[in-house]
Amino acid sequence: MYDPTVARLTYRALLGRRRALILGALPLLLIVLSVAVRALTGADDQTAADVLGGFALATMVPIIGVIAGTGAIGPEIDDGSVVYLLSKPLKRPTIILTKLIVAIAVTMVFSAVPTLIAGLILNGNGQQIAVAYTVAALVSSIAYSALFLLLGTVSRHAVVFGLVYALVWEALFGSLVPGARTLSVQQWSLAVAHKMAGGDLVTSEVGLPTATVLLVAVTVLATWYAGQKLRSLTLAGEE
Amino acid sequence: MAVEQPAYTATTPAGDQTRIHDIGYRGYDGPRLGRAYARRSLYSQSLRGAYGLGRSVKSKVLPMLLFAVMCVPAAIMVAVAVATKAHELPVSYTRYAIIMQAVISLYVASQAPQAVSRDLRFKTVPLYFSRPIETADYVRAKFAALASALFVLTGAPLLVMYAGALLSKMGFAHQTKEFAQGLVAVALLSLLFAGIGLVIAAFTPRRGFGIAAVIAVLTISYGAVSTLQAIADTQGNSGAVPWIGLFSPVTLIDGVQSAFLGGSSAFPGGTGPSGGEGAVYVLFVLGLTAACYGVLIRRYRKVGL
Repeated sequence: MYDPTVARLTYRALLGRRRALILGALPLLLIVLSVAVRALTGADDQTAADVLGGFALATMVPIIGVIAGTGAIGPEIDDGSVVYLLSKPLKRPTIILTKLIVAIAVTMVFSAVPTLIAGLILNGNGQQIAVAYTVAALVSSIAYSALFLLLGTVSRHAVVFGLVYALVWEALFGSLVPGARTLSVQQWSLAVAHKMAGGDLVTSEVGLPTATVLLVAVTVLATWYAGQKLRSLTLAGEE
Repeated sequence: MAVEQPAYTATTPAGDQTRIHDIGYRGYDGPRLGRAYARRSLYSQSLRGAYGLGRSVKSKVLPMLLFAVMCVPAAIMVAVAVATKAHELPVSYTRYAIIMQAVISLYVASQAPQAVSRDLRFKTVPLYFSRPIETADYVRAKFAALASALFVLTGAPLLVMYAGALLSKMGFAHQTKEFAQGLVAVALLSLLFAGIGLVIAAFTPRRGFGIAAVIAVLTISYGAVSTLQAIADTQGNSGAVPWIGLFSPVTLIDGVQSAFLGGSSAFPGGTGPSGGEGAVYVLFVLGLTAACYGVLIRRYRKVGL
């Protein structure tokens, strides 16, 4: 169910040439920000939780997830070169699963690792905050990658819809309509982080059992449907 | 052929002797519309394209949807203000664009790559430059088109609010003044956002990547700056707040309008930049816009060949 050649090609599409630099700019900004915050305020648990929750988990992880998830398949479908991949004797679900694994790996490396480093810089992992948010970033990387990979196979405007979900639904609606928070990858991963940290600094709107079930369900369903979608893919021209 | 050849050369005038074939096509001797016309056409086509006019239905959906999302809250506010006979709109003209910044960013992110990336990706830019337009014309037309499209997007809800305010008989002079200030602010915002969006889109021709890069620059810089501002404010370091605000486009516009255009600031603590700092803000906005224009010119100087 995992094909090394497809994986290699996907890695190259995601990280080749200057793209790794663009992906690396966001984590770098997070680390610079946390150094600045540490210099301004000193080690403070609440501030650390604010920066990691408000900036790392709410903004950086979804955007990297969008870039990696849709970038793993979107451009290929777009310029039509996916037909060369589909004409090989590989099962379509295998292609999706391999691309998903690559997207998850890239998202994790570019979001969870910097989150851990930023957490260590901010308060030296006081009250387990750095570890808790790193776990949240890891968990949400999986769900975001699966979700946005599906979007990449469904729509030609996958990046826009992914960003609308990440920024408008989770950030804007989430703060206005309490019900929207139950349906948010960010809150599900926060539930896991809450379990890790144990304190009151990391809180979530949903309970751990609900969050786990929803996370697994979304990931599995999205991957399965993306595989189905790729089986009946029609290529279209520009626009 | 060899027999007819001498007779043919005898009848044609001396100037045409260098011709290899004359297969009888008529030359064009009508008026040449020239460079200005080509530039105007490129401008109007790009502006129409930014709202999907003259393109497929599918590409109309997103810009029109975002336009509607921009205008509907303004219409609702006007309706509420009229129904409750309020003397002031619930949100001032200058605040509106700051509140709706996510929508504006999404519009820039979706339409800036639309305007420039496709020409680069399909290598059609040299075809433009085979017409009588120059690099600067192309850049100016695209820049002006995206800025105008953004001005329409951000100005339309203000117009709705202004019309509503006048209909419910709020003070005419007061409303007109605030409306004019709001228009100046969104004009600056349109220029700045269009410049930033186009520069990023011109350097990332790959589909999807440009969109993500534009949105990342616009929202992440705002997220980072407002986080730092909030922390500086709670640490009692209020003097640093305006200086941090220089580093993101949204806070730049916010600072300019709260310093000079009578807006209230969204900065933590509600203290916008003072007069002197406001001047730095204006310089920054104008400088950034000019820098974007310069970078675009540089970028297209190489691309055209």
